[in-house]
Amino acid sequence: MLLLIPLLPFIGFLVNASFGRRLTKRVAGAVACGAMILSFVVSVAAVFRLLSFDPESRVMAQTVYEWITSGDLAVPFTLRLDPLSAVMILIVTGIGSLIHVYSTAYMHEERDAEYARYFSYLNLFATFMLVLVLGANFLVLFVGWEGVGLCSYLLIGFWYQKKSASDAGKKAFIVNRIGDFGFVLGVLLTFVRFGTLDFQQVARSLANLGTETTFGTVSVITLLLFVGATGKSAQIPLYVWLPDAMEGPTPVSALIHAATMVTAGVYMIGRNAVLFGHAPLTLKFVAVIGVATAFFAGTIGLVQNDIKRVLAYSTVSQLGYMFLAMGVGAYAAGIFHLYTHAFFKALLFLGSGAVIHALAGEQDLRRMGGLKRDLPVTYWTFLIGAIAISGVPGFAGFFSKDEILAKTFESGHTLLWGVGLLTSLLTAIYMFRVVYLAFHGKPAAAPQPAHPEEEEPAAQAHAHSHLHDAPPAMALVLIVLAAGSVLAGYVGLGGRFEHFLEPSFAPQTAKAAADGGTGMTLMIVSIVVAFAGIGIATYYFLKNCRAAAVMAARFAGLRLVLQNKYYVDEIYDATVVQPIRIVSEDGLWKTIDVRLIDGAVNGVGETVGGASEVLRRVQTGSVRAYAASLLLGVVLVLGYYLWR
Amino acid sequence: MPAGISTSDFYYILPELVLTAGALVVLIADVLLPKDRRAALSWVTLIALGATLASLAPFASTRVEIAHGLIAVDRFALFFKILFLVAAAITVLMSVRYLEVEGASPGEYYFLILCATLGMMIMAGGIDLVTIFIGLETMAVSFYILAGFIKPSQRSNEAAVKYFLLGAFSLGILLYGMSLMYGLSGTTNLRVMATRFAGQEQNPLLVLAVILVVAGVGFKIAAVPFHMWAPDVYEGAPTPITAFLSVGSKAASFAMLLRIFVEGLPAMSGDWRLLFYVLSIVTMTVGNFAAVTQSNLKRMLAYSSIAHAGYVLIGVVAGTARGVTATLIYLLVYSFMQLGAFAVIVLLRREDVVGDELKDFSGLHVRNPFAAFAMLLFMLSLGGIPPTAGFMGKFWLFSSAIDAGYYWLAVIGVLNSAVSLYYYVRVVVFMYLKKETIGSEPKATPALAVTLAIAVAATLILGVYPRLLFEVAEASARTLGMVPITTALR
Repeated sequence: MLLLIPLLPFIGFLVNASFGRRLTKRVAGAVACGAMILSFVVSVAAVFRLLSFDPESRVMAQTVYEWITSGDLAVPFTLRLDPLSAVMILIVTGIGSLIHVYSTAYMHEERDAEYARYFSYLNLFATFMLVLVLGANFLVLFVGWEGVGLCSYLLIGFWYQKKSASDAGKKAFIVNRIGDFGFVLGVLLTFVRFGTLDFQQVARSLANLGTETTFGTVSVITLLLFVGATGKSAQIPLYVWLPDAMEGPTPVSALIHAATMVTAGVYMIGRNAVLFGHAPLTLKFVAVIGVATAFFAGTIGLVQNDIKRVLAYSTVSQLGYMFLAMGVGAYAAGIFHLYTHAFFKALLFLGSGAVIHALAGEQDLRRMGGLKRDLPVTYWTFLIGAIAISGVPGFAGFFSKDEILAKTFESGHTLLWGVGLLTSLLTAIYMFRVVYLAFHGKPAAAPQPAHPEEEEPAAQAHAHSHLHDAPPAMALVLIVLAAGSVLAGYVGLGGRFEHFLEPSFAPQTAKAAADGGTGMTLMIVSIVVAFAGIGIATYYFLKNCRAAAVMAARFAGLRLVLQNKYYVDEIYDATVVQPIRIVSEDGLWKTIDVRLIDGAVNGVGETVGGASEVLRRVQTGSVRAYAASLLLGVVLVLGYYLWR
Repeated sequence: MPAGISTSDFYYILPELVLTAGALVVLIADVLLPKDRRAALSWVTLIALGATLASLAPFASTRVEIAHGLIAVDRFALFFKILFLVAAAITVLMSVRYLEVEGASPGEYYFLILCATLGMMIMAGGIDLVTIFIGLETMAVSFYILAGFIKPSQRSNEAAVKYFLLGAFSLGILLYGMSLMYGLSGTTNLRVMATRFAGQEQNPLLVLAVILVVAGVGFKIAAVPFHMWAPDVYEGAPTPITAFLSVGSKAASFAMLLRIFVEGLPAMSGDWRLLFYVLSIVTMTVGNFAAVTQSNLKRMLAYSSIAHAGYVLIGVVAGTARGVTATLIYLLVYSFMQLGAFAVIVLLRREDVVGDELKDFSGLHVRNPFAAFAMLLFMLSLGGIPPTAGFMGKFWLFSSAIDAGYYWLAVIGVLNSAVSLYYYVRVVVFMYLKKETIGSEPKATPALAVTLAIAVAATLILGVYPRLLFEVAEASARTLGMVPITTALR
């Protein structure tokens, strides 16, 4: 049964990848959506089955086959469903299905073959994501981990006509290499230390061990794994790829770069809660990185003008919250935020997609305005998303974010709590800035793209038609997600969500909530901050736009720094990219890859001279140089032995 | 060594005899067949390889020394022989189309491929320096000629001349080392030698011999700093020959390496482990970093193959049963993905396009989705992404290093595979994320389609279901005399 969950989208992938060129859009879309929805149905059934078990023994496992067995090493290909993966598969298949449906309308302008290619990637992504969250050991997880990465690069670069798109795909890839380097080492070291790669067995063998107070093996392992998480989940210092990833189609941004793949790092830490719990030093580090990323990305989000980039930085920032939760040991709260965030961030992205769709590919907030009248469905749903993410009581984001902040405060990290709170102020401001700039105010002149060459090809056909709201498939999805953004949080009332997840994190979960008094005070502070943020945004971007301009002028320097994202890309380019390029191109190219007789190779076949010509050139040095290097090697080794 | 070879010895070299006969048939058929029917030669060659493969069957679990210790017939040799024969068959399959486009005559070409294969088989079975040397030369001389087989191409000629001159030079070094080994032990048999070297660890002449043999073998496996020939030769040689050279010759040289060092020089394992340790790191690193800047795919794969020699050396350094097993696994897995990648390059070779530049891959997924998918798979596998065979191989190598206590070697290996993905994925970017296409439509001939299908299937199956390979490789590795782990380098 568990195998069926990733298998169904895989079948969808196979169909669209093999016959996609011959399928009509209707069929290709139906296959992809059908596979996802079926997978969702199976997931729901599996979770119900899981719920019927005793809370303490809620685990289902299916060993598909013995993948690697040899001597002391045995790695079966096992899928395991426990409360944590149950939450994840519901998000992946549920939100995934919705985004598939949305895509049928959004990608409708593509040619048939491209359309099928898009859906085949999307299905393949879902397959790998499900393997990632269901995998019972590090290697199965790693299969999913690399697989989702691959699909993500392919989808970011889907509109490869745009150079920026394929550049962004490449950037995502390279940055993730750094993360994966850490991750693989972490996995290898786990194997060395514990002799197994199974999550449960690792947790079990830790049971008798105390936590590491100094920086020991477990700390190293967890730190390495966290490096992997910072790559995949876009945290400092590896977050730089995510904003660029917005070059992909908007539904992809919603599914992969907001709701699912980027949360894999958070999930992985949750999955290894016991391991991380034994390394308090690493956890502290995780918390600090998390909250720093949340704040840092929030400030950048304040001044970005591309609607999708604001959302991208917002995602980075919200992921920071999740890591903060993980870092303070509030694993359930972190996963809870992951879950609510999936709803409202997918909603916000898809809403922005509807705007972009309506405006023929326009993404610049300065060229929007007054869309409220023409796009009512989009407006209201987007507004709900914005309210939810800002942390207004009654909406999903409030429950989860408040819980993270409360847990942070209770665990004694007052400073981290303060920064987190400040970030939630920023969240409300940048989100409502988008709402006001895009939907309120006066309509911008003409919704003509500023850079026609960067225009999304999908939207070209709309360039001259008048504004229209989201087509039915898209509108439906927006409404469903909006409902989710309101209601999703109630699942967590009375600690039910936390209680459900507890077996997955046992025994190292944060202590039960403090007495009601502090909790109430904290909640009120959070609410005040959320409304303050909305109020500030309303003042500057709706009521008194001139004040915003005055502010911008007064803090022109700061604004410039923020708009240029603290020049991090430039700094990386100067300190990392250029040196590597120089070393490998100028250094290595000229010294290691010496092609002393370039001329002879390039002028292939033009001279009839043949062998004698070759020999002559050969004797001009290259072969002698090569032979000399051979000899030099021997001499070096000999020298070493003589000197020793 | 007592003279005289018994008739039963001939039984044990049946596969080699079948292959020799097959090679002669090809040579004769080339003369007898009319010019326009010579394409049939590829079939004759394939049948010869198939018959040889079949004749290996009786020796599935044999473990004997024959001809007074000249040759060992054991599972270790068997593993390599199968690898060589499969690699040769795939090479022949991809040669059909290539020879057609280049307009080269197939006769001697196939004959030489069979000769090279024969040489490799002798190398894998040899447990005597003389046997190994004969095998090595049979293989090397065949390759010298094959590298220059496209006579009108100056690139090809140049490759042949270079390969020959440098090969001869390195062979001199190797022979010098071998003769020292003989001089110090009074025997050419590796197993006898091993017993006589016990206790001679400090003998400076023996150290010199080790160094020289390492250098000679290092040339054959294209380990840095003995690698300089590889990029030029790989780029210039006919593509199927490049493929065979980078797979068959490399695997055979590793077989030779394991025989000489693990069987013959266990006493010196501290020394050669250290040498290979350093060689491995330098080779991986230089290979990968140099590959990053290449725009010619054959040259890129040449550097990649250098880097892969560095990975494989990790297993040699570990030197344990698991290390040798990992070496065997990796060599087999590597063969399929490397041959597959070259097959795609052959597929791109058309009358109007050379097909080995990166830009030639642009937009391939639109024009030939299967070839693009296959190449994607090979690139991911070479980079070590699960669930491909390449991942399994690397996983096995790195864990064998950790198992034997060489943590840093594993770390550097992982770091290197992270770097390597950069240039592998660049190919994917060209195939999937660019649309400018050049030249005529690249079509797969039936033979090429079969080649790709085999390589794709192997790359996937060995990654998803690696158990069988593990078991076979483990059983094969066990027939090689193993050295105990030293802790000197930890």
